Amino acid sequence: MSVGVAGLQVSRTAVARTALILGAFVALEVLCRVQIIDRITMIPPTEMLSSLGRILVTGRFNEDIAFTIWNTMAAIAIAVVGGFFIGALLHAVPRLRRTVEPLLSAYYAVPIFVFYPLLVVAFGVGRAALIAMGALFGIVAMVVNTMLGLDRVPAVIVKTASIMKLGPWLSLVLVRLPAAAPHLVTGVKLAVAYSVIAIVAGEFILATAGMGKRIAFGYNDFDNPTMYGMLLLLLALVMIVNGALSLWERRLHRRFGQQ
Amino acid sequence: MKSRAADIVVLVLGLLSAWQLLSFVVGANIVSPPATTIIRAIELLQSQSFWEHAASTGLAFGLASVIAIAGGVVGGLWLGLRRFAGDVADPILGTFYSIPKITLYPIILLVFGLSLSAKVAFGVIHGIFPIAIFTMNALRNVAPVHRKTARMLRLSPVATVATVLLPAALPEILTGIRIGFAVTLLGTLIAELFASTSGIGFALLRATDVHDVVDILALTMLLFTFAAIVNALLHFLERRIQHRD
Repeated sequence: MSVGVAGLQVSRTAVARTALILGAFVALEVLCRVQIIDRITMIPPTEMLSSLGRILVTGRFNEDIAFTIWNTMAAIAIAVVGGFFIGALLHAVPRLRRTVEPLLSAYYAVPIFVFYPLLVVAFGVGRAALIAMGALFGIVAMVVNTMLGLDRVPAVIVKTASIMKLGPWLSLVLVRLPAAAPHLVTGVKLAVAYSVIAIVAGEFILATAGMGKRIAFGYNDFDNPTMYGMLLLLLALVMIVNGALSLWERRLHRRFGQQ
Repeated sequence: MKSRAADIVVLVLGLLSAWQLLSFVVGANIVSPPATTIIRAIELLQSQSFWEHAASTGLAFGLASVIAIAGGVVGGLWLGLRRFAGDVADPILGTFYSIPKITLYPIILLVFGLSLSAKVAFGVIHGIFPIAIFTMNALRNVAPVHRKTARMLRLSPVATVATVLLPAALPEILTGIRIGFAVTLLGTLIAELFASTSGIGFALLRATDVHDVVDILALTMLLFTFAAIVNALLHFLERRIQHRD
């Protein structure tokens, strides 16, 4: 019986949430249609959708979309792998960890991409500077969450690894990495979010291609259909990736229980 | 306490030597050496134009923080007290927190124009969501025995919130405010970097345009120091309140 009640409650929240989102959508549509919000500020949401559809069907921005997606994936890969090993190193050397802790906790308080101009000077205008920026912005989230995850690996699991006579590397990769998985996924999720911010910001300021550049161009040219269409696409991509990672994160947390 | 101070000295020295090394490897025209940069930072601190930019950023950051904290705490309180509204809003807030707000900046500019309010609005949309989420979860995590005690004492709803729920949830709310502060500063500076006519972010962009590496690094260093100090102070406050009882 409790299952039925819980099921009913879940669907009631889902219905209310859908209604809320649809309501906001309709309200925005109406405000735009009756010109309370003028067209220079915002185009009606249905026009944003049809513009997005046209962009995808004609494929005229495919190169920009691919540019941003590949760069972001490269940056995330560097941030996640690099962050995991730096996190594991700091976890293994508490003295070092205590020393750099203040740096890690203040890291995201500064817009790191003020370094982007320096990276452009170093790498030139192109992929490398953007990827470096994305990796630099995402890596600390991964470092911090790797340390948190390794902290919470139960001692008995670590002991089992040493009973099996696994070396430090095998123990890290075969035993402690899977045991810390829920926190690692949280780290990946944050690294994705931060890398996207850095790369899109970089494309806004200075780049030769990319979705951020198209949005900035659209803004400069009063080309609202392009701007809002690309904006919608970017947000949709981020939300899908984020949603999938959140789902995975929750499943892992459930499987490993509260530790 | 003594060892913590030593740690910070070691950290600063380590950073400075890494910086010096980097500058040596890639060249002083790409990364200026620490000594030059620190001298420039001190010059900046003595110049009037720096303080005008700092005041402009400070005003936007201050207004944005006040609005983000007030809005986030009040909204979070409301959602935390109403189970159903909280359940409905939870994933929506999470989505807004996780989307790259940078993509929304063109919209903010179209709505507010090139003005102080655009900077403030952009700061607020960064800060308000983490504060609301932390406040909501803090209220939901208050031990049931506290709620029951309040009911037993027949406290009015207002008194329950003010004397029982808020104090119990305060440490977590403070964590939200600390995170909110950091991202609000981030938002304000991003807004200045992309489009504005004054502020530290604007000064940074101008230094970028003329490739004044020393200025870029000096401003960045000052910003980092400021953010690290505020962050450390809020951490300290948080720990004080957590160990209150």
